[in-house]
Amino acid sequence: MKNRSSRRWGRFGLFFVIICIVVGLTAGTSMKLWNSIPLGLDLKGGFDLLYQIEPTKDHPLTKEGVQAALQAVQLRVDSLGVSSPIIELEDGNRIRVQIAGDFDQNYYQQIIGEQANLEIYGSATLNPKTGKWTPAPKQKPLATGADLKSNSQWATDQNGQNVVTLEFKDPAKWEKITKDYLGKPIYVFLNGNLLTNPVIQSVMYDGKSEISGGDLNTPEKCETLAKQLNAGALPYPLKLVSSTNVGPSLGIASLKATMWAGLAAILLIFLFMLVLYRLAGLIADIALVAYLYLILLTFAGLHVVLTLPGLAALVLGVGMAVDANIITYERIKDEMRNGKSLQSSVIAGNKRALRAIIDSNATTFIAGAVMYWFGQADIRGFAISLMLSIVISLLTAVLLSRAMLLLFTKSNVVNHPWWYGVGKGVVQK
Amino acid sequence: MKARFDIVKRKWWFFGLSLAITVAGLVIFALFGFNLGTDFKAGSRVQLQLNEPVNVGKVRSMLNDIGLSVGEGSITVAGTRGDIAVIRFPTTLSQAQIAKIGAEEKKDFPKSTGDTVDTVDPIVARQTSQKAVWAVLLASLFIVVYMAIRFEYRFAVSGIIALLHDAFIVMAVFAILRLEVDLTFVAAILTIVGYSINDTIVIFDRIRENMNVAKPRSRGELERLVDKSLWQTMSRSINTVVTVLIAAVMLYFFGGQSIHNFTFALIVGLVSGAYSSIFIASPIWVTWRSRKLPKSKPAESVE
Repeated sequence: MKNRSSRRWGRFGLFFVIICIVVGLTAGTSMKLWNSIPLGLDLKGGFDLLYQIEPTKDHPLTKEGVQAALQAVQLRVDSLGVSSPIIELEDGNRIRVQIAGDFDQNYYQQIIGEQANLEIYGSATLNPKTGKWTPAPKQKPLATGADLKSNSQWATDQNGQNVVTLEFKDPAKWEKITKDYLGKPIYVFLNGNLLTNPVIQSVMYDGKSEISGGDLNTPEKCETLAKQLNAGALPYPLKLVSSTNVGPSLGIASLKATMWAGLAAILLIFLFMLVLYRLAGLIADIALVAYLYLILLTFAGLHVVLTLPGLAALVLGVGMAVDANIITYERIKDEMRNGKSLQSSVIAGNKRALRAIIDSNATTFIAGAVMYWFGQADIRGFAISLMLSIVISLLTAVLLSRAMLLLFTKSNVVNHPWWYGVGKGVVQK
Repeated sequence: MKARFDIVKRKWWFFGLSLAITVAGLVIFALFGFNLGTDFKAGSRVQLQLNEPVNVGKVRSMLNDIGLSVGEGSITVAGTRGDIAVIRFPTTLSQAQIAKIGAEEKKDFPKSTGDTVDTVDPIVARQTSQKAVWAVLLASLFIVVYMAIRFEYRFAVSGIIALLHDAFIVMAVFAILRLEVDLTFVAAILTIVGYSINDTIVIFDRIRENMNVAKPRSRGELERLVDKSLWQTMSRSINTVVTVLIAAVMLYFFGGQSIHNFTFALIVGLVSGAYSSIFIASPIWVTWRSRKLPKSKPAESVE
């Protein structure tokens, strides 16, 4: 008898240890995990830009060209120095750029998507009607942005004018141009518009120069151009076909609101389970804490970006995770009503409920997979959260709570059916 | 055993009720269609979180100040406290215009916490709508196949009818209330498609099990078996949906504004899903399945 009793308390001890581990781990590390989860732009502010790569008449879209465009965009985003941007190719000819955080969205958009085609020509003609300069037909540019080193920057010259500094990769090239055009004007075009047409005053040997003029008159504009030049030209023009901009403070406000809503929902569900299933409900609640912790762990570990729909999916996931518990507990009650003992009811109930649990979760998972397959940014965030929460809830609400319930009932510390949510009158019948 | 409400016997009431809602929804669709968001319609949608009761005239004059003219009725008020202005532009705004709106908003509405702007090109909008329809159809198809493998085809088809019924009711409610339909709405429909069948499966699972215990030999027996299964699983059906409803309702009232319509769609879908699992799916199945059985028992057997 003594042996039995010690085994009984051993089981209870193990049950208690599981609770301590779950609660302890969650309390100890969840804040740290939470902070390491990257937040999406709808929670942090930022933008989501979708560009279409536009082929031109003499420059059809090729696979290599698309890759080059993707790389050019990558370079431009890199030059902004933002943390964890998302740059993806979609449908073969679209580039999606997502940047979260607090920044000047208009300025970033210019750097990423606007052309900076710098071309220097030896001659150009002025259309007297429109007052617009165009390069003389059928001549190649003397130099383009591709001939420059990637170290352009904004500066002010001795007259206090805003300029962008240029340095040629090959100083000899600039030397030759300045020699050939000494005393003559050259024509600097930016994106097809004449920026400036200075007269070359002297031969330059060090490959260094600077440009100014046109609407290149503010430090911001100079800085933008310098960044664009440094990142290199885009192989194709990019057309902005869809965008989402979220103000940073708005993002934080919706994060806070949704967090509170989620917390309130979780507490209510906790209470609901406790009232309905008493001690068994407590076990379900502990499993729910484990579920939340594992979700945090998975998100942090896989660097899943948390978006607002994703957060909603997690909160809904809490509601769905206890479904498995409810299905099992109701099943156990049925078994008890059929006159089985507590322990065999727990075993039989768990076994019989499993099929329905798997089937019902599989269908939700299928819906999530289809969403991921078809969806874009936002929807994908939701789909990933939904699928993850289903898999994890199967682990905690089925495996963990089953183990805990078995340990607890076998320990026989509490065996009155009332504590498992069974009505008083039922068992005797 | 206590006399209880016989669900299966009254199945035609429920079929009739659902049919009536469906017809009403179809009429609304035909007359008004959806209130499509920019995801499906192209253009720009600006949402200003003003944190003060929205004065439409003030918002309009702010937009006029930066050279944007907006048509009558394209500024709407949203949010549980009516502190959010939503402005729809039929054309797409440039990033420079978006920046201007943000700056002007800060000046004119000091309490505001910024804006969300969605801009969608017509081509993208068209593709998105096509994708959305495909997604819902494909998800339903996969679920039918899964259920047909796990149960039998009659269960699968009855389940899917109940599920499409739920999706349709959500769409009808959105059409009737003129709520904006955007991409997150599609996500909500897909979630309902995936989730509303859960209850149905739990009930079907019980019917399947009871069928194995005692095979019914007449329509009356089958109907009684289904009714018994429905009542045996009633507390499960209700409790599981209540927990998810708790989550959805909390998110609806306190969550971020951009998931407001999304959670509303979920709430409608969850309620409809619970209803259809009990009152539509199983009655359809029993109507169908009982055609194989004789009307009355061959011989009166002991119950």
